[in-house]
Amino acid sequence: MNLKPETMQQIEEVITHYPQKRSATLPLLHLIQEDIGYLPPETTEWVAAKLEIQPINVYEVITFYPMFRQKPIGRRHIRVCRTLSCALTGGYKTCETLKSEFNTELNEISPDGNVTIEFVECLASCGTGPVLMVDDELHEKVDCAKAKQIAAQIKAEAKSS
Amino acid sequence: MPEQRRLIFQHIDESGYSNDIDCYLRNGGYEVLKKAVTQKPEDLREEVKKSGLRGRGGAGFPCGVKWGLVDRKSGKPIYLIVNADESEPGTFKDRYIMHQDPHQLIEGTMISCFANNVKQAYIYIRGEFPHGAKILEKAIQEARDKKFVGQNILGTDYSCEIFVHRGAGAYICGEETGLIESLEGKRANPRIKPPYFPAVLGLYQCPTIVNNVETLCHVKHIIDMGGDEYTKIGTPGNTGTRVFCVSGHVQKPGYYEFPAGTITMGQLLNEVCGGPLPGRKFKAVIPGGSSAKILKFGERFKGKLRSGEAYDWGVEDVPMDFDSLAMIGTMGGSGGVIVMDDSVNMVEALANINAFYSHESCGQCTPCREGSLWMKKISSRMVHGEARKEDGALLKSVADQIPGRTICAFGEACSWPTQSFLAKFGEEFTAYPEAKKSKPADSHVLV
Repeated sequence: MNLKPETMQQIEEVITHYPQKRSATLPLLHLIQEDIGYLPPETTEWVAAKLEIQPINVYEVITFYPMFRQKPIGRRHIRVCRTLSCALTGGYKTCETLKSEFNTELNEISPDGNVTIEFVECLASCGTGPVLMVDDELHEKVDCAKAKQIAAQIKAEAKSS
Repeated sequence: MPEQRRLIFQHIDESGYSNDIDCYLRNGGYEVLKKAVTQKPEDLREEVKKSGLRGRGGAGFPCGVKWGLVDRKSGKPIYLIVNADESEPGTFKDRYIMHQDPHQLIEGTMISCFANNVKQAYIYIRGEFPHGAKILEKAIQEARDKKFVGQNILGTDYSCEIFVHRGAGAYICGEETGLIESLEGKRANPRIKPPYFPAVLGLYQCPTIVNNVETLCHVKHIIDMGGDEYTKIGTPGNTGTRVFCVSGHVQKPGYYEFPAGTITMGQLLNEVCGGPLPGRKFKAVIPGGSSAKILKFGERFKGKLRSGEAYDWGVEDVPMDFDSLAMIGTMGGSGGVIVMDDSVNMVEALANINAFYSHESCGQCTPCREGSLWMKKISSRMVHGEARKEDGALLKSVADQIPGRTICAFGEACSWPTQSFLAKFGEEFTAYPEAKKSKPADSHVLV
């Protein structure tokens, strides 16, 4: 695994938080995913060796939790809330708008490489729906007009970077 | 209209209030912890028991009783886990506490740890709160630097550490034994009870307390004012304040905190939240997170109160407390109130909910895994494909075979929406095949 030195440091630190190393499985997967962008195939054996557990113990965790991904995604990660309160206030239309702005389907990398759009379950901000996250940032009351603004901003930032 | 009483949300969205420790200390922060560490742990537990505090995560189980079940003679360490996996659709109170007032949670957690002789606590925060996790980590470090957390707290010989542990997008981690499995680094498959009651065989097979974020914040205020004083807020059996998270079709959605049991559904929705959207009427409300059974505006509830007095309530008249909501066949749950007006088709609303539960079933019990999947497939087919007159009955037959046949309460949670939607809006399911023919193609915005 080709991890940044600060990731390695965080990995060593987080293992000390638990009396049993196996507990560090989720934290390690988060750290690796944040560093590399996804969990490449060698993750399973590497984490297993690091935590002195079997590869299957790691693999079953990767495949259980929706936030872990085994494929790269677009430069920005858009997660639109799909669940009831957001749907009642227009979440499906917000999601459709973003898909057409980036000419992409759910869970794919958009043709320009800018985004991957996911339709996720409740983000726990139901009072300000529809909500979405762009990477780690929450956006509230995202109607179609606001979704277009967010899309334009992502495209502008991609051009200038 | 009853007045809001902001106990837990006192500083939320207050202008000039920030989530750093200096601001918290300026507002009297950690004074209760200082008082607590001079008392006997068992006395603190007694205060919490006296307060009648009921868990704010969903089940409403008395906190003092939960603490009373902890095996203190096993010789094993006792763990405390903060359940910050806020995932029940319609619920968003803990998000505000952790993002804006994290030290209130840390102080409540440390008091609870001291009261239970806990040396190690974990905050299990849902993966979709990355900022919340960073805010909590920073806050814990600030508290550590000032001796409120870590070695020799406030110069005493008591030491206790807190670590933040991030989930990764699985709703079932809110179930306490699923959470424990997840914290052990495994799939969050809930454990069977008995024997795996967390109070006896929890994290690493040690006695473990799992409390919701808001519950632990209440502990701080209980120790501050005393258990007896706390019972004066709210009503007997439903003490303290209750935070309601209102979402969906109202003028003013958001969070509102009231003394428990002092406000009715009608007051909350019409007076506090400003009533329905212009030109609309309320049709239905889910009172305690999406698994709570739905209420239909216009239905009546009749029976006798514990006092012997007869009641005859419409939905608007129901007091918003655990006991009253249980009496009319639903639950107060996590306080997530989801409102639907007359623009909503109930088949489509149920299809949305069924998609959620099907996605979130952990999969270890067949009735839940298959049942939630088939309820989703049927309701989704009704909306997108071919609705049949008998689909309502078919949905009900699937839902009726799940509850009571699973390891955890997810079985009930996923079947209650279908059961209650069918019981109360059955005619919409029967009429749907015909109604759908006259609907414009783009009107499906819920599924």
